Amino acid sequence: MKRTITNWGNFPSIESDERFFSFDDQLQHLINNSSQVIPRGNGRCYGDASLGKETINTLHYDKVLLFDNIKGIFECQSGLTLDKILEIIVPQGWFLPVTPGTKYITIGGAVGSDVHGKNHHVDGSFSNHILEMELVLSSGLAVCCSFQQHPELFEATCGGMGLTGVITKVKFQLKKIETSYIKQKQIKATNLEEVIKLFDEFKNYTYSVAWIDCLKKGNHFGRSILLLGEHAIKTDLPEKYKGTPLKLPAKKQITFPFNLPSWVLNRVTVKLFNFLYYGKNFRKEINNIVGYEPFFYPLDAILHWNRGYGRKGFVQYQFVLPLEGKQGLIEILQRISDNGLGSFLAVLKVFGKQDSMISFPKEGYTLALDFPVRKGLLEFLDELDGIVLKYGGRLYMSKDARMKPSVLEAGYPRLKEFKEIVHRYNPDGKIRSIQSDRLNLTS
Amino acid sequence: MPTVLLLGATSDIAIAIARAMAIEGNTIQLAARNAKRLEPLCADLEIRYKVKCTIHEFDATDFSSHTTFFEELSIKPDISVCIFGYLGENEIARLNWTEAEKIINSNYTGAVSILNIISNYYAAQHKGTIVGISSVAGERGRQSNYIYGSAKAGFTAYLSGLRNRLFREGVHVVSVQPGFVYTRMTESLTLPPFLTAKPEQVASVVFNAIKKKKNTVYVKWFWKWIMIVIKCIPEFIFKKLKL
Repeated sequence: MKRTITNWGNFPSIESDERFFSFDDQLQHLINNSSQVIPRGNGRCYGDASLGKETINTLHYDKVLLFDNIKGIFECQSGLTLDKILEIIVPQGWFLPVTPGTKYITIGGAVGSDVHGKNHHVDGSFSNHILEMELVLSSGLAVCCSFQQHPELFEATCGGMGLTGVITKVKFQLKKIETSYIKQKQIKATNLEEVIKLFDEFKNYTYSVAWIDCLKKGNHFGRSILLLGEHAIKTDLPEKYKGTPLKLPAKKQITFPFNLPSWVLNRVTVKLFNFLYYGKNFRKEINNIVGYEPFFYPLDAILHWNRGYGRKGFVQYQFVLPLEGKQGLIEILQRISDNGLGSFLAVLKVFGKQDSMISFPKEGYTLALDFPVRKGLLEFLDELDGIVLKYGGRLYMSKDARMKPSVLEAGYPRLKEFKEIVHRYNPDGKIRSIQSDRLNLTS
Repeated sequence: MPTVLLLGATSDIAIAIARAMAIEGNTIQLAARNAKRLEPLCADLEIRYKVKCTIHEFDATDFSSHTTFFEELSIKPDISVCIFGYLGENEIARLNWTEAEKIINSNYTGAVSILNIISNYYAAQHKGTIVGISSVAGERGRQSNYIYGSAKAGFTAYLSGLRNRLFREGVHVVSVQPGFVYTRMTESLTLPPFLTAKPEQVASVVFNAIKKKKNTVYVKWFWKWIMIVIKCIPEFIFKKLKL
């Protein structure tokens, strides 16, 4: 059925013929009977990676196929979302090896974007934990791949934005936990210099991420709150939690009921938000035990929070700069602060070593920023692209809705190899999105 | 724990009902023509809800196989849910008997055939529950889908008669009349969001109807009133409407 679809940033939106399937033979039929198509899960990438004239939605293809609770091995169909997986594995003492900041993504999306989490510097990205997966190619043929089997197809599929084929089944290794709680440490940093030092000082923590106030100038430029965490063990828990250490969080959510008018977010309101967020932590350091939801998924507590950016939507801008490109971080934050296009949320994280073909993470600093769509924004982001490239960085395709093909090319040294593999497995470019067309990946 | 048999277990509504029943710990028997399609769902139910689940081949339109099918179930179900159906296309069915026959057999004849067998078994046991997923389309024939509608009308009447007959035997019969539901069957139609239910909503209505021994239930309360209004329209007006 033709309908208007859009991803999490509500920008861009497109008329698409979206089809669902529940069974393997239906998927094959769908692929064989379409002229061009892109797989799509829960629409939680931000830009246009899963948008196309025809889309195959995996959300009904959501069955759990295997859960070995002794070895922690899990296998499911690609349309299953992380929140459902957590409901199954957490009570049995297991956790996702890697999770992004929302639990509402599908496993297919986790692979297609090769998602990273707060533990990247320790555990790498999601693909690191995949034991084996299956995808259906543009020819309709199903192929299994892993680090050992068809390794080139495997590598091009992890972070390959769905262009090698429709990911159908993923088997991956889980992480053992004793409790469903997180031992959290929050430290206030007065400026960027300090938070970067703190990242290094606390690099032994499994989970780390910092929230940055982009609008502060002078001595407080880049003031931040660093969040650190470890899975709590039973002895860490206060008495009241000890009886049920693997308890699932209660489902309480509020919904953002409508699109906020776009003028609501302005320099003053963003400043106020940042003031409150930073100010809520009175002490320099706070140590406490929290459930896994507020720690990993704070924004999931507000359904449709993207409506806060208004009907025009927003663009999320995430880049990574190599460690020696720290100056670039300052330059970019400076430009944002000067320009006042107001990023509501800025999230900083240090990536560990990774050298994948097309996955986003590589060693260095990654910063994610939200910008409401306004006049002049796209030009401004082009300027930022220039700074990112100057310092040897690159952008995350899952967040992207506007980058130029030359920016992608400059950022990803193995892009040519990736394109060749996409071409080998998807020779007539049947699997394509408006993003892949824009970035010359399928055209 | 009770055993629930789902006839036509590959449909979206069936999957939702299977999950709703499995959450409560019921043993699930999945039956469909294409049994291979049921394997992932079977694994899913066993892993998620730690219930026992089995797969059975069942072709609703192969009437002669129905007796054997039921005899071969090693555990006889306490609850049988008849979900299979086929919307088809009225335009085609009007001209092509094969399509018309398929609609009638999938929605009516097949259901009568298997439910006769199951209801006789339940009557002899003096217990059991039968659930039939019919449709609001069966309440008044409309030009756009009267072949499907008439088959569902037959099915609704059958269920009501069955309920009447089995009441004294201690067997309960539930008729479910969903309106529009977002499923594969309706994927190509443009449905009004306000009037359209999700398969999970149908499942929860079915679940409650069994538990509370309801007789006839609608999915989304206003469908009952919509259908009352539609049934009140005098025929001399109704025949002129484009419905």
